Amino acid sequence: MSSFPYLTVLTVAPLVGAAGIAFLPKDKPELAKRAAFGWSLLILALTVGLWLQFKPTGERFQFRESYTWIPQWGAKFTFAVDGIALVMIALIALLVPLVVLASWHDADKSKRSVPAYFALLLALEATMIGVFAAQDVFLFYVFFEVMLVPMYFLIGSYGGHQKQYAAVKFFLYSLVGGLFMLAAVVGLWVLGGHTFDWPTLLSADFGVNAERWLFLGFFLAFAIKAPFFPFHTWLPDAGGAAQAGSAALLVGVMDKVGTFGILRYCLPLFPNASKHFAWLGLTLALVGIVYGALVAIGQQDLKRLVSYTSIAHFGFIGIGIFAFTTQAGTGAVLYMVNHGLATGLLFLVVGMLVSRRGSALVSDFGGAGKLVPVLAGVFFIAGLASLALPGTSPFVSEFLVLIGTFTVNKTVAVIATAGIILAAGYVLWMIQRTTQGTTNPKLLEIKAMSRDLSLREAAVVTPLIALILVLGFYPKPVIDVINPAIKATMSDMHVTDPKATAGTVEAGK
Amino acid sequence: MEPIAYTAANGWLGTFWLLPAIPLASAAVLLLLGKRADRWGHWLGVLSVATSFVLGLTYFFTLRGLENRSGVELKLWDYIGVGDFKVDLGLLFDPLSAMFVLLITGVGSLIHLYAVGYMDHDPGRRKFFGYFNLFVAAMLLLVLGNNYVMLYFGWEGVGLASYLLISFWYLKPSAATAGKKAFLMNRVGDAGFAIAIFMMFAYLGTVDYAEVFNGVHKLSSGVVLVMALLLLLGAAGKSGQFPLQAWLPDAMEGPTPVSALIHAATMVTAGVYLIARSHPIFDANSTAQTVVVAVGALTLLMGCIIGAAKDDIKRVLAWSTVSQIGYMFLGVGLGGAAYALALIHLLAHGFFKAGMFLGAGSVMHGMHDQVDIRRFGGLWKYMKITWVTFGLGWLAIIGFPGLSGFFSKEPIIVAAFEREGWTAWLFGGAALLGAGLTAFYMTRLFWLTFHGPERWTDDIRHPHESPKIMTIPLILLALGSVGAGYLLSTSVPEWLTPVYGSEHTEHEPVMSHTVITILSLVMTFAGAGLAIALFNKGTALAEQPAGPLVVAARKNLYTDSFNEAVFEAPGRYLTRALVYIDNRGIDGLVNGLAAGVGGGSGRLRRAQTGFVRSYALSILGGAVLVVAAMLAVTFG
Repeated sequence: MSSFPYLTVLTVAPLVGAAGIAFLPKDKPELAKRAAFGWSLLILALTVGLWLQFKPTGERFQFRESYTWIPQWGAKFTFAVDGIALVMIALIALLVPLVVLASWHDADKSKRSVPAYFALLLALEATMIGVFAAQDVFLFYVFFEVMLVPMYFLIGSYGGHQKQYAAVKFFLYSLVGGLFMLAAVVGLWVLGGHTFDWPTLLSADFGVNAERWLFLGFFLAFAIKAPFFPFHTWLPDAGGAAQAGSAALLVGVMDKVGTFGILRYCLPLFPNASKHFAWLGLTLALVGIVYGALVAIGQQDLKRLVSYTSIAHFGFIGIGIFAFTTQAGTGAVLYMVNHGLATGLLFLVVGMLVSRRGSALVSDFGGAGKLVPVLAGVFFIAGLASLALPGTSPFVSEFLVLIGTFTVNKTVAVIATAGIILAAGYVLWMIQRTTQGTTNPKLLEIKAMSRDLSLREAAVVTPLIALILVLGFYPKPVIDVINPAIKATMSDMHVTDPKATAGTVEAGK
Repeated sequence: MEPIAYTAANGWLGTFWLLPAIPLASAAVLLLLGKRADRWGHWLGVLSVATSFVLGLTYFFTLRGLENRSGVELKLWDYIGVGDFKVDLGLLFDPLSAMFVLLITGVGSLIHLYAVGYMDHDPGRRKFFGYFNLFVAAMLLLVLGNNYVMLYFGWEGVGLASYLLISFWYLKPSAATAGKKAFLMNRVGDAGFAIAIFMMFAYLGTVDYAEVFNGVHKLSSGVVLVMALLLLLGAAGKSGQFPLQAWLPDAMEGPTPVSALIHAATMVTAGVYLIARSHPIFDANSTAQTVVVAVGALTLLMGCIIGAAKDDIKRVLAWSTVSQIGYMFLGVGLGGAAYALALIHLLAHGFFKAGMFLGAGSVMHGMHDQVDIRRFGGLWKYMKITWVTFGLGWLAIIGFPGLSGFFSKEPIIVAAFEREGWTAWLFGGAALLGAGLTAFYMTRLFWLTFHGPERWTDDIRHPHESPKIMTIPLILLALGSVGAGYLLSTSVPEWLTPVYGSEHTEHEPVMSHTVITILSLVMTFAGAGLAIALFNKGTALAEQPAGPLVVAARKNLYTDSFNEAVFEAPGRYLTRALVYIDNRGIDGLVNGLAAGVGGGSGRLRRAQTGFVRSYALSILGGAVLVVAAMLAVTFG
């Protein structure tokens, strides 16, 4: 293994970039944009190096670095990644440059500083990479909280309609969740032998009741972050108010900290409590699948609609996590990646439509495919990925989640499968109301609506579409990275996949 | 039963992955190059399918020359592999898939050629051929997969292509709605199909054909029954069978070549393929087979009754397709020797129904896109090739002796009478009655279109025959309608022996074979004669008041109203209610809680004016300071 401190550099470098860009003069927005884009590409290149040096068959955690931080508490700067963290960091490094490119003009109309917008994006990248790379529980908690700050400003200062309300709501919800987690982190430290070191805590025994309380503390924070039903209502507000680029990062990556946290912290550290409360996780997730989809169908605002579809998708990730099989678990992590690609694309494309039209209301569109056929086509492809059509990468993850869940819990799997019908409903109806049918006469009056996909926009969507298709046909490279980490998590929990049970089990649906 | 084993493909057969790859590559070129391919794109589209057809023929003959022709497998790469769940991107070329390959690419080539002429004036012709090629690629993957996940992959792929082509003229609201309806109803079936695949993995630990089929005997009958019924649900969705038939007639919003290729000859028969492919599962449970037969019998009658009451030439043909696929379901449900019979009918239907759809397109081409058969009449004088070719298709479908329908449909009727007990009379009787009704509505269609008085709208002076590029496919398909029946009925059962075996226990039908044949001919001639007598003098130009059965038939036997009342309307109300609750109830509740934690809702409101921002800034500042200090300590 290389001795290059990848994880520290990956966490610090975006912050350095952010600091540099923040001090650029306000009247040189173009310079700030180019610098941010170039810097984020450098981070991406570095991440590619990280990916190539990661050995899927090697140790569970790789690239471990540890530095003294607060010796009195035993808190350290410890970074290390397993396959799950690695794919999430890769997703971040990939999305940020695309978001920078997609957000090129988003801050121009704002009264605030343009360089600051791009500095915030890089600062967000730093905190998100940090949260996935941390192997010290206290460090994770700090990143978990600090991550809110750049996103708060991205929504509250640069967002659209009701941005202040949405930003505060987002902040308060997360903060409340964070408080519960803080309590649990403190409890973990007290009961776990005065350490925040994840590998050490893994072997700690907390006793039945304490374990359950600790589980609930973490779970609540993560359920709000993910978000699971019924803690989801901040997401449509935030997703609706944020600029499309920030929304793509918020929903595409940041929310995954919630599901990642459950996988990294709840399951391995509190295996018995996780099994005890599995019904709770499954129920919330299942309700989310059906509820999110139904409410999405009824939305009038495109960005809110996409936010609700994500609540349904998080439901799939949730049942994948709480099914406790390798198929469902690997599917859930793969789902986190694929959802980042697909919903990231969907948000960015919606942003392109909204910025042309000057409105996110579905009823302000209609027949737009006639004016912007290529953009409408990209919108459709993003929709197909969102409904998990085979050939797009989300299919593989959804299928893995469902089949893995079915082997242990048929009822949950069957109800979740009904979600694939609803998904087709919200996607196709959204497509129909915006791009198909009689062209809305108002669209003809708007000059911007006659401009199809620009070169810059094409550069944003092409890599995402290419990845969605390539991983749709050949997901093996990513699965092979995720799978060992899930296997290790399952063995932490002392669960194994059920064997196929031909003939001995009666029909059960 | 002997275990099923496929051999690894090698030599020339090792390249049969080219079959789906070529049309897929062509689709990618056509869709990615955009306008740059407008001038020649359609020819690339035709060429790619024709190439696949020629290749398909070579593979067919290679397979025929093999000593063991149970099938060859080709593993391209690992698709999904997690724990015990392993799926290859794997293909299988066996007698069953070979037959479908030739149908898809053969009939597909002719329809592609026809579409060059039909779509000549459409500005989206290149895109059309891109979608058309995409369909062929997905359909080939569907029939060539060696496991259920690949089948599902192709299954969803053809669903996508079907959606794109139904709503090809997407600026027309009715076309957009029809496409969405097709996709959604199909997804209902797909969900069932998907759960069946989950069951295979949960109970057998595999989704590969060979391993599933060899393991079926280990399963309890309850598991097999549920699995088979879920597969049937998927099949019913794709094939427009009861209760998921409503999308297929609406699919006629698409351009006519689409109706011919996708919604008549190939994609809608995928349900039949699914059941025929899964025969070890259905053979293992007679209850499941009876349900398949019942669905087939019910749907074939529904299709006939509704088809007799429609006045749109394409809708009549669409309901006819629903009905004819009902015959195929009946056949595969009967099992044993009837699998081959159903597949013969599938192939024959592919020829004559595609031919008639293209004929309908040719009529519309010459009649300013008129589709109402009440406004045709006497066209035989003006479009002779269309008339003759359509006429041969008509005679073929009603089972006129000597033409293909006679050889393909009649044996299914006989087979239905071979069942035991009262079900022989029930299902045999339905099939027999269907023969008479088919003759009636098809003759009505044919007569009102080509014979009787001219009832054209005023803007039509000289209906014209279509150009050669359209009539040549018509002629070739008509030749198929005439000749294929006899050829197929002798060769297909032998060809399919490796799949279905040659030993079939023969039951005697409840009536003698001769009596059944005579009865079915009497029904056919009575139906056709009645239609000619009724419609020789034309028909009223507008809808007439009618008895309850005809009114019900015009309204699709109220199936659409049922779906609307039971699924759509409650779904809409539920959605609205949930949106309301989400905005008020849940949000309010959780907001209240959050505000409580934060110290009263007043503070929440004040927080929006700047309090939180300064708080957030202080967190950021604090964090940065702490981190910087720690770094300084560490590295200092």
